[in-house]
Amino acid sequence: MIVATTVAIGGMGLVCGVALAMAARFLAVHEDPRVEELTEILPGANCGGCGFAGCGEYAKAIIVDGAEVTLCAPGGAEILDNIAAFMGVEAEAGEKHVAIVLCGGDNAKAPRRFDYNGVADCNAAHAVDGGDKKCNHGCLGYGSCARACPVEAIEITGTGIAVVHPELCIGCRKCVKTCPRFIIEMVPESQATHVFCSSKDKGPIVKKACQVGCIGCRLCVKFGGESFEMDGFLARRNYETPIEDEDTVIDKCPGDCIVRQEKSAAG
Amino acid sequence: MAETETKTVENEALRIVSTSPHAHSGSDVQHIMLDVIIALVPAFLVACFFFGWDAIRLTFACVLGCVAVEALCRKAMGRDLGIADLSAVVTGILLAFNLPPSIPTWMAVVGSVFAIAVAKQVFGGIGYNPFNPALVGRVVLLISFPVAMTRWSQWTIPSPIGTVDAVTSATPLGLVKTSLLSSGTLPYSFDNATMLQMFTGATNGCIGEVSAAALLLGGAYLLWRRCITWHTPAFYIGTVAVFSAILWAVDPSHNMPPHFHLLAGGLMLGAIFMATDMVTSPVTLKGMAVFGIGCGVLTMVIRKWGGYPEGVSFAILLMNSITPLINRATRPRVFGHARKKTPDKK
Amino acid sequence: MARTKAQFKINGGVHPSYHKGLAAAKAIADMPLPALLRVSMSQHLGAPAQPTVAKGDTVKRGQVIGEAAGFISAAVHAPTSGTVKALAPAETATGAKAMAVDIEPDGEDAWVELTTHACWEETDPKQLVEIVADTGICGMGGAGFPTHVKLSPPPEKPIDTLIINGAECEPYLTADHRLMLEYADQIAEGAAIIRKILGAEKLIVAIEDNKPDAIDAMETALKDMKGDVTVLVLETGYPQGAEKQQIFAAIGKEVPSGGLPMDVGAVVENVGTTLAVWDAVVNGKPLTERVTTVTGFPVQTPGNVRSRIGTLYSDLLDFCGGTTGEVAKVISGGPMMGFAQHSLDVTTTKTTSGLLFLAPDQVSEFTSMPCISCGRCVVACPMYLVPSEISQMIEAEDYETAEEISVLDCIECGCCAFECPAHRPLVQHMKQGKSHIMLKRRQKKG
Repeated sequence: MIVATTVAIGGMGLVCGVALAMAARFLAVHEDPRVEELTEILPGANCGGCGFAGCGEYAKAIIVDGAEVTLCAPGGAEILDNIAAFMGVEAEAGEKHVAIVLCGGDNAKAPRRFDYNGVADCNAAHAVDGGDKKCNHGCLGYGSCARACPVEAIEITGTGIAVVHPELCIGCRKCVKTCPRFIIEMVPESQATHVFCSSKDKGPIVKKACQVGCIGCRLCVKFGGESFEMDGFLARRNYETPIEDEDTVIDKCPGDCIVRQEKSAAG
Repeated sequence: MAETETKTVENEALRIVSTSPHAHSGSDVQHIMLDVIIALVPAFLVACFFFGWDAIRLTFACVLGCVAVEALCRKAMGRDLGIADLSAVVTGILLAFNLPPSIPTWMAVVGSVFAIAVAKQVFGGIGYNPFNPALVGRVVLLISFPVAMTRWSQWTIPSPIGTVDAVTSATPLGLVKTSLLSSGTLPYSFDNATMLQMFTGATNGCIGEVSAAALLLGGAYLLWRRCITWHTPAFYIGTVAVFSAILWAVDPSHNMPPHFHLLAGGLMLGAIFMATDMVTSPVTLKGMAVFGIGCGVLTMVIRKWGGYPEGVSFAILLMNSITPLINRATRPRVFGHARKKTPDKK
Repeated sequence: MARTKAQFKINGGVHPSYHKGLAAAKAIADMPLPALLRVSMSQHLGAPAQPTVAKGDTVKRGQVIGEAAGFISAAVHAPTSGTVKALAPAETATGAKAMAVDIEPDGEDAWVELTTHACWEETDPKQLVEIVADTGICGMGGAGFPTHVKLSPPPEKPIDTLIINGAECEPYLTADHRLMLEYADQIAEGAAIIRKILGAEKLIVAIEDNKPDAIDAMETALKDMKGDVTVLVLETGYPQGAEKQQIFAAIGKEVPSGGLPMDVGAVVENVGTTLAVWDAVVNGKPLTERVTTVTGFPVQTPGNVRSRIGTLYSDLLDFCGGTTGEVAKVISGGPMMGFAQHSLDVTTTKTTSGLLFLAPDQVSEFTSMPCISCGRCVVACPMYLVPSEISQMIEAEDYETAEEISVLDCIECGCCAFECPAHRPLVQHMKQGKSHIMLKRRQKKG
C-alpha cells in the first residue's frame, strides 16, 4: 500500500515536473530583457500620461518602436536622465509642468442657469443643454478631472469648482484630456500667478455670467507688458516672460481673475 | 448660503433640465418594498394565529434589528441613512418568517445583524449585495445555533398511521427525513386532511412559511402589482413538482408525493418572496426561468439526498451566486442582430 | 385599399399617460408673423447649412438663406420676407450652438417666384427628388434626416414598401393627428408622390388605434388609390412610431443593426414630411413653416400652432396665452425623447413637433441610486437590450464591454428610464456611452 502510494505520487510529480520543464523551454516568450530593465527605471505610477497603457507598455514602446524618451512627465528630470542614459541618447528636461484649472467662478461668483438633474459627470452635464453654468467656459464642478487624476491631486471644492493641488500633480495631462470645456492647462511649476478665466466671450456677456471673469480690458497687458497676451477677449499669461510688477497687475485687474496661487491653498 | 443667492440671480426659480425621458411610470423602490410588505401581511396574520406572541415578537425584533443596523452601517460609512426605501423592513420580515417560533429574541437580532451588516452593507448596500440578506441571516443562525433553529412546537397529525405518535415536534419534512434515515419508511401517508392542514398553515415550521394559502395570496398581489413576474415562482414550483413527481412515480414507498413537496417547508415562501428578490436574481425573463429551475432542482436534491431536511435556503443562495453568470448567458438577442451568433465584423 | 390590424408586435415598450386630450380637439391655428425670426442653419441631421446671405440683405419668403453643405445636409429658406438683421451663433434646442440668421419680417410675406408641378405624375422621379432637396425638406418627426437622402436609395437596394408614419406615439403631441384630420387628401397625394419617386409597390399608412378619427380620415382619402394600399392600425403603445419598430410592425422585418430601413426595402416618412413634400411638389413651396403642439397643463390654451420656422419659443407660448402656475420644465418635443430647455430664447426648427410645459408635480427627477436589478428595463426595451447592465458598464467607464453588449443599438426612446424604479438616468448613460464610443472611432480614423 505504502509503496503503491509512493510510486503513484512520485510518478505524478515526475510527469508534471517534466511537463513544466518542457513548457518552460518551448513555450518561453522571448522578450527583450531591456524592456524589463527600462520598466524598472520608470516611476511605476502607471498613470498613462505618456499615452501608453502603463510604464511597461511605454518601456516597450521606447525600445521596440523607438518612442520618444521625453514622454514621462511624472518622472521629472532625474528619470528622464536615467532613461536617456539607458538608451544612450541625449535629452534635455524642461521645467516640470503642472495642471491648473483656469476658472475662478465658483458657485458664489458664477451663477448656474438651470437646475441640472442627471449624471454627476462634466462630460454628461456638458451635453445636456450645453451645461448648467451660465458661463459657457466655466468649470462645471462635476469632477470628471478629479476622477481622471491618478494621484488625487484635484479637489472639487465645497463651492463647486475644481482646483489642482500643484504640489501633488505629477503632470500626466489626463485631466486636460477629460475636461469637456478645455479649461485645464499645463503651466510651469514655478509660476504661481495665472489668469483664472477661460471665457473668450465679450466683456458684457462675461460680466453677466461671472463676477470674476476676464472682460478683455487689456489692463494686464498695459501694466504687465509681455507677460500677458490677448486671445480675442481673453487675457492669457505668457509664461516665457516673468511679470515685473506682479502686485500692480493683480491689483489693477477689474475682473479679479488674475490671482497668485498660494502654495498650499486650495483656492 | 452662497448657493441660494446664485440660484435666485435671475429672479425666478431655475428650470429643471435633464436628458429625456421627462416622463416616468411613477414606480420607485420604496413603493415596491411597500407592496412586498403588504403581500407579506396575510402570512403574518396566519403566523400570529398559529404562533401567537412568538410571531409578533420575532417579526418586530428582526424588523427593528435590521432597520437599526442598516441605519448604523450607513452612518458609519458616512452615507445617507437610506432606510426610507423600506428594504431593511422587508429583509427583517423575511428573516423573521424564516425562524422557528421558539428561538430566543437575541438570536433573531444576531441574525438581523448578519443579514444587514455582513450580507448587505459590506457590499455597498441595496443593489450591490450578491446574496439574499434574509437568507444569509437564516443560514448563519442555522449553522451557529442548530438546536434552537430546529426546535419546533407541537403539531398534531390528524390521521396518524403505524408507529408515529399523534403529537410530534418536527416539521413535516424533518419527520420524513428522520423516519427514512432510521427506519427506511415514510412516517405517514399524505391524505387530504394533512394536505389541508399544510395548505392553511396548521403545521410545524418557521413562522412565515407554514401557510401556503396566505403566501399564494401574497404572491397574487405581487403579480397584480407587477412587483414580480411569474417566471421565477412558476419555474421554481413547477420544477419541484416535476422532480418530486418523478421520484414518487419511481419509488412511492420512499418518496412523498409532489403535492406534499409543494406545501411542505419553505418552498412557497422561498419561491414567491425570496427567489424573486430583485437584487439577487437575474434581470432577463429567460434568466429568471433558469434561476427558478435551478432553485427547484437544488431544493429537491437537498431534500432527497442532502443532510438537511429542507433545501430552499441553500438552493436560493447557491443560485444567487451564479446570477451574474445567468444574466450573461441569457442576454436577449438584440433587435436587428442575427439570431445565431456570427463573428463580429469590426 | 384595405384596413388591417398590425400582425407583428415588438416586445417591450411602455404605456405612458398620453394627455393628448389637451390639444387633440384643437384645430390647427395659424400664428401671425412675430417681430423676429431666428433661423438656425442646423435644423437637420448632418452638416449644417452654409449661410448665403449677409447682414442687411433683404430676403423674400422661400429664398435660400443657407445652402446644403454636402449630401447629408439640407437647404434652409427664409420663412418670410424681410431684412437680415444679424448672423450669429445661437443656441439650439439641444443646447449646442449653431449659426443662425435673424430676420426681421417686413409684414409683406412676399414669396419668391415658385415653380409648381401640379402634374407631378408626368415628372421624372429624379427631378422630384431634386425638388425635395431644393425645398429643404427633412424628417419632421424629430430626427430631421434629410428627406432627399432617404428618397435616393442606391440601385442595389430596391424599395418595395413606403410607410407613412402617423403613429405619433409621443405623449401630449397631437400635431400629426391634426394634420391627418385636416389635410388627409394632401397627405395621400404626398404619399403618392413619394411612392412614385421610390417606385414602391406597397403603401402603408400606420396609425395608432387611439386616433380612430385619423384612421377614418386617411382611409377615405386613400380609398381611390390604386395598388397595394393599407391603413395599418397599430396598438397604442410607445414607441410604435419609432422607425425600426414601425417597420417591424408593418412588414415583420427587423432593420439590421447599424443598417438603414432601405436594407429591408422600406422607407418611413412622417405625415408632416409627407405633407411638406406635397406642398413642395404641387405648390413649389419650400419648407418654411410647420405645425407644433404647444401643450402641457400649465399652458393657458394648449393647441396646435402653425408657425414660421425660426419663431421664438416665447412668442409661441404668448400666442397660446402664456402659462398659469409654476413651470418646472420646458421640453422641445415630446416627453419621452424631447430636449429640456432652460430658456425660451430658442427658436423652432423643421423638427420642433411640440413645445411642452410641465408643472412641478409632473416632473420626476433622476437619482444616483444603484440599480436594484429588477429587470423592468429589460422587459421595456424595444431593442431587446439589457439597459441596466449597459448603464452599469458606462458608470464604470468600461466602454468596451458596453459596446460589446450593443449600446450603439440603443435608440434612446427612454422606455428603460421611464420604468426604472430607482430613477436612474439610463438614457443619459446610453448617450454618454454612444458619444464616447463614436468619438473614439472618429479619433481612430484620424
